[in-house]
Amino acid sequence: MMLIQGILMFLNLLVKIMNKKIYEYSLSELSEALQTKKISSVELTKTFLDRIKRYNSTLNAYLHTNPEASLEAAAQADKQLSKGDKSPLLGIPIAQKDIFCTTDMPTTCGSKMLEGFYSTYNAEVINLCKKSGLVNLGKLNMDEFAMGSTNENSAYGAVKNPWNLDYCPGGSSGGSSACVAARLAPCATGTDTGGSIRQPAAFTGITGIKPSYGRVSRYGMVAFASSLDQAGPMTASAYDAAMLLNVLCQHDPMDATTQKLAFCDFTERLTESIEGLKIGIPEEFFAYGLDPKCQEIIQKAMKQLESLGAILVPIHLENLKYAIPTYYLLAPIECASNLARFDGIRYGYRHAKTKSIRDIYELSREYGLGDEVKKRILIGTFASSGAYSKDYYQKARKVKQIIRTDYKKAFLEVDAILTPTTTSTALKLNEKNRSPRDIYLSDIYTVTVNLAGLPAISIPIGFHENGLPVGMQLIGNRFKEETILRIAHRYQMETNWHNLCPEPFKD
Amino acid sequence: MQFDAGIEIHVQLSTKTKAFSSSPARFGEKPNACASEIDMGFPGTLPVVNKEMLKQAIMLGKWLHADIAEMTTFVRKHYFYPDLPKGYQITQDESPILVGGYVDYELNSKEKRCHIHHAHLEEDAGKSVHGYQHGISGVDLNRAGQPLLEIVTEPNLHSIEEVVAFLKRLHSIVTYLEICDGNMQEGSFRADVNISLRKDKNAPLGTRVELKNMNSFKFIQKALEYEVSRQTAMIENSEPIVQETRLYNEAKNRTESMRDKESAHDYRYFREPDLPAIWINKEFIDNACEKLPASPFDRRLQYIEMGLSNTDANIIAFNRYMGNYFEALSKKHDVKIISNWLLGPISALSNKHQLTFKNLPLTINDISDILSALKDSSISSKMAKDIVIFMWEEGKSFKTVVAEKGFRQLDNEDELKEILHRILKASPKQLAEYRNGKEKLFGFFVGQAMKETKGQANPEMLNNLLKMLLSNSEK
Repeated sequence: MMLIQGILMFLNLLVKIMNKKIYEYSLSELSEALQTKKISSVELTKTFLDRIKRYNSTLNAYLHTNPEASLEAAAQADKQLSKGDKSPLLGIPIAQKDIFCTTDMPTTCGSKMLEGFYSTYNAEVINLCKKSGLVNLGKLNMDEFAMGSTNENSAYGAVKNPWNLDYCPGGSSGGSSACVAARLAPCATGTDTGGSIRQPAAFTGITGIKPSYGRVSRYGMVAFASSLDQAGPMTASAYDAAMLLNVLCQHDPMDATTQKLAFCDFTERLTESIEGLKIGIPEEFFAYGLDPKCQEIIQKAMKQLESLGAILVPIHLENLKYAIPTYYLLAPIECASNLARFDGIRYGYRHAKTKSIRDIYELSREYGLGDEVKKRILIGTFASSGAYSKDYYQKARKVKQIIRTDYKKAFLEVDAILTPTTTSTALKLNEKNRSPRDIYLSDIYTVTVNLAGLPAISIPIGFHENGLPVGMQLIGNRFKEETILRIAHRYQMETNWHNLCPEPFKD
Repeated sequence: MQFDAGIEIHVQLSTKTKAFSSSPARFGEKPNACASEIDMGFPGTLPVVNKEMLKQAIMLGKWLHADIAEMTTFVRKHYFYPDLPKGYQITQDESPILVGGYVDYELNSKEKRCHIHHAHLEEDAGKSVHGYQHGISGVDLNRAGQPLLEIVTEPNLHSIEEVVAFLKRLHSIVTYLEICDGNMQEGSFRADVNISLRKDKNAPLGTRVELKNMNSFKFIQKALEYEVSRQTAMIENSEPIVQETRLYNEAKNRTESMRDKESAHDYRYFREPDLPAIWINKEFIDNACEKLPASPFDRRLQYIEMGLSNTDANIIAFNRYMGNYFEALSKKHDVKIISNWLLGPISALSNKHQLTFKNLPLTINDISDILSALKDSSISSKMAKDIVIFMWEEGKSFKTVVAEKGFRQLDNEDELKEILHRILKASPKQLAEYRNGKEKLFGFFVGQAMKETKGQANPEMLNNLLKMLLSNSEK
């Protein structure tokens, strides 16, 4: 009986896979196909390079590709595969946010300041991907220096949302979200300072996880706000994300903020039941101008989790209201400092008509940096200077501690916290009357997580009546990525939202 | 005038690698040969704290009687300058590595104490090189990221002599510990002196003026002398003194205003987010202090007890390797003779050849051989001074030099007598004059005898014999 059931399940899976196009494969399916030699890494890489050629002009997701280097890496992976190397990600293509330094492609960070800049070294994230046999397809568009929520702040043009080209794919990892949603890569990396992985994931119907602060090395990742920045995978599913986290989560002696934690296989306990897990529902998160339709869809997802055995517990995170001002002081203060190095002296853009050292600084920064970046440098410089430091910087640091304590208390009672990822679905491109305040406020659900250094994942849970995807956020306790991945995976086993590819990008 | 001064001393630590990167911390390489992505502030790079730097600071902390921070943090200090690659310097502010402490030193045989406010770690900046090509300035980042320990004293120094004596003492401590090469010319040990003058002790503190750019003790002395006379004249004329930074111009021997609106600088200090707080436990401190040598303060007392003068004990105790020579030699030889030799001919030679006692070409045994020969009078002290030069410059042992150059003392009484007889016979005129009371001519006969014996005559014996012979002939 068991055997027959097993065979039936297997056949089912086979049919499912056979109907799937190769570019729709999950990472574990790709791994299986590569290991069993159903496809070679070179063929797979070519498939994606072709798709990039075909669709990238529509989306503007990729800023740089280097097909020669990609195919060479793929050929190398095939060699390893033929030798019987069983590394699970060997030969699978990936696309990298253009914030990670690479030696074989430029690293612009979405800025004119770094136009044509080639790094002399590879970021640790790039090295880890290489070591695990992942094939780099190219570098992805982003808001300049990761500052923005729409990807419109890129010096290389906005990225479009594959579900509706009039809409933005979110930001700052907009190139990453659009590219994975349209399957121009099976997976991508992103970075998240205040929501830059989760918000674009929600806007494009994919899965994105920001690991706990200190999980993934920041070495070679162009810094925006050092105490908040964290890299993470952007994938179709939670399972895929877990596979990538296995590669990315490592202590790095070059990054003093990474933690020395015992290696854990994030996929190991993924399939375990979520029965009895307590999921906190913070009332405050559902009170702030949340789109009613989004709320409805989230409530449906909550019911579904309940039916899978999770226990929903109402909780309070009282200091949520301070998160936005705190974030918009700390992040700009660190940004103003981190971006001081872009002075036109050693690398990057230098204005052609400079007569003095002052000119080099002033003109290079004036013309090399975009408006949003300059705005944040000004805010950060102001808030950390002289007497203001006490009023703004010192106070913001204290509030950050208070927010951390809030979460600490909450996690004494619950295993995870569920919230919307965003207040609404994706924003329309080129909307003239958006105030910066409204844009900043739309980060309200995501920024608290960065301030507290916690892990959080956004998964797709349905579509709004406007046809755009809706996301849901699960926040975990520090270094408990495994719990939120398990809940997300359990949900994705019951649903199909994460498997959908927007129609115009199907063959 | 009442003189008040406090000093900020930048001590370049002698770590193998830089403060926050693994680039070699070396001098004299080609521009930017010792600068990595991290030192150049490339995008994405991060600092990592050099543990050796912490250990060296802790070692010094022990000897300064300072509190070693249980938890220490770093901050960023922001300003734009081409040789500051990141646009900020990593330094320490609210929780520096060392807090408090003091340094004891002597001035005119009096014990003095200068209190330390704190000492913090920071990275050095690079160098702007102007006009290395016609009309072009360049940036050399070899020095960028070199570890510095900035020691800040309380305003405890009340005369120029105190400033110099204190600095010399501190200099000898850091070089003794070998946490700094002490090279003031190259800026490894830089002192910025804050001075203020007031009419008397009861007057309110005067306006502070900071003096920089003095790269030797001599220039510190001269800069302070100039500054004191400048300020005294101003105070006496009731002119206000401006709070400012002044640079010492050694060519003109005067201090000059830097004309820098320093008060307008806003460094926007904030916690360095790339470096978590460092907790320093007992184990780490013990580990750092494993290499701590015997304290020069203890040695000094010991040497005085052994019979050295205060001054000699001070010099020898605070020179780590001279102290090692002294201690080893003192097991066989008289301490006064040892100190005369170490501070005399050996120091003279090491100054001439610009070597320190750490790398003398003479071993303890070499010096011991000389002292033994002196003691048993087989050589004269004049010979010894010649021998040591040959040993040093030709790298030969005492025995070899003596054998090759024929150094030996003529102390055969009969042989010497015969020589003297001959001399007296050959100089009847001088002999007559001597007898008529021109006793100065005694030296003439000694000279003749030395010439005849090629300097090998035992001087004491020569003197005695000569006196005897001269008086004998009188009779």
